[in-house]
Amino acid sequence: MDIQTLEKYARQVRRDIIIMTAAAGAGHPGGSLSSTEAMVALYFDVMNVDPKDDKNPNRDRFVLSKGHSAPALYGTLCERGFFGREEFDHFRQLHGILQGHPDTKKCPGVDASTGSLGQGISIAVGMALGAKHNGNKCHVYTIIGDGESQEGLVWEASMAAAHYKLDNLTVILDHNGLQIDGTNDEVMSLGDIKAKAVAFGYDVIEVADGNDMKQVVDALHAPACPGKPRYIILNTVKGKGVSFMEGQVGWHGKAPNAEQAAQALKELEG
Amino acid sequence: MEKKAVRVAYGEALVKLGEENEKVVVLDADLAGATMTNGFRKAYPNRFYDCGIAEANMVDVAAGMSTMGLIPFCSTFAVFAGRNYDQIRNGVCYPKFNVKFGFSHAGITLGEDGGSHQAIEDIALMRVLPGMTVFVPSDANECYQCVEAAAKIEGPVYIRTARLATPVYDPRPFTVGKGVVIRDGNDCAIFTCGIMLEHALEAADILAGQGVNAAVVSFHTLKPFDEELALRYTAKCKKVFTVEEHSVIGGLGDTVASAIIGNGVEKFLKIGINDVFGQSGKPADLLKEYELTGPQIAEKILKNL
Repeated sequence: MDIQTLEKYARQVRRDIIIMTAAAGAGHPGGSLSSTEAMVALYFDVMNVDPKDDKNPNRDRFVLSKGHSAPALYGTLCERGFFGREEFDHFRQLHGILQGHPDTKKCPGVDASTGSLGQGISIAVGMALGAKHNGNKCHVYTIIGDGESQEGLVWEASMAAAHYKLDNLTVILDHNGLQIDGTNDEVMSLGDIKAKAVAFGYDVIEVADGNDMKQVVDALHAPACPGKPRYIILNTVKGKGVSFMEGQVGWHGKAPNAEQAAQALKELEG
Repeated sequence: MEKKAVRVAYGEALVKLGEENEKVVVLDADLAGATMTNGFRKAYPNRFYDCGIAEANMVDVAAGMSTMGLIPFCSTFAVFAGRNYDQIRNGVCYPKFNVKFGFSHAGITLGEDGGSHQAIEDIALMRVLPGMTVFVPSDANECYQCVEAAAKIEGPVYIRTARLATPVYDPRPFTVGKGVVIRDGNDCAIFTCGIMLEHALEAADILAGQGVNAAVVSFHTLKPFDEELALRYTAKCKKVFTVEEHSVIGGLGDTVASAIIGNGVEKFLKIGINDVFGQSGKPADLLKEYELTGPQIAEKILKNL
């Protein structure tokens, strides 16, 4: 798909994120907006998925390990045709399929229930291992957070990914540098995250601007390195696309009010 | 009488299961020689995954493998049910993935390694998880049956096994969720689970010598629980005793107490979340959905006064 069309979808997903979180009066816009290009690129250009055949065993899998970025996933799945826009009205509401965190039992297109940080990448490792075991050629993608990378389980999973030579696994780091209590460096520094990923046995690609669709698409299409899991560092901006949210810690888990939502939607027109 | 550790039977049962069902894979965390998954590793090296000393990762890897149509059996020590509890809860039980847990070395009969390694709370932890089946086989033969049954259940299953070699009784008919009357009696009932059966039977012998006719009922399934049988023996006998190699909090004792109280003792009724997970919603809506608002509580109380 051409970059301009992908960018158009990304703008629409960003609008969906604002509409959803504003309507619910809750949710996580910041990390959703930083990871939008990655999810749009995956679902519209990279992954082999079909909303009409969402249980096909040969489909590619996606696990949103940083499950709180659910609004970006829901926007992407909706635009891709997994469910209708009317579901946005029930985001985070009783009996809705769009739970606060992705729920595989309730939402079409969601392959794992996530939100307990560190677990999604570990489940993705299991999927990739299971696929290899079955001789299934599908590829498994997961997006993790930088704050999430403070969880020990991320590194247990990484060790296993290298040990089992999971070249059918791509781990994408949404590196926006911010978490609830402040910057990564203030809360718990990740140190040299690229060197750590290399040391854990990943084939690492660093993307200078993880909110530049072309750079993201190019990285996701880079040929796999035989015998090694892939790790893509996306240097992103938290709250990307909404001027008053960009780079602001406070927009991690706070919904815009009506006035803020209107302004955000205006900025995201076109 | 022949003696065999229940964990040994677990290992043997996995080998048999592996022969019958090629979807079965076994994961261990560097304890294959202790949990007895070694046999499976030898028989089916391509279906055995050692996850290293990383129990939390093992559980979520199993969760992921189950989504690919495999039936993973995770094995480690029962005491680590606490270490990977978040993964068992959110990675496996919340999405109701088809993962089995064969955790060994449960209880104080682990022995010399000491209190840090003796699981006395694992039954409580597993029982409280919605959708989890909990097996506590009393001997090797019952363990074979539990492993076979676990593979047929679609969803998470916990099998608690012991390290110590214990008596092997003649095979008994086995139904998931049904208790077994080992010895009948009228004066009192001893309810037990797991390898405490041996000691409950010994106690019953001693009591018989004193003129007390004790029934012994063994429960290999703590969830779902055979409430009907527990109630029948509670009605039939003057007093009920529960015997288990587990904390008196949250194990067989509390399972029986809940069954009796919920169905017989009129003076007490539990009002709470009825063994299901929650969901998104406004707090007030959720309280109503789960019948915990003032009017709903009052209604329930009036109905049961």
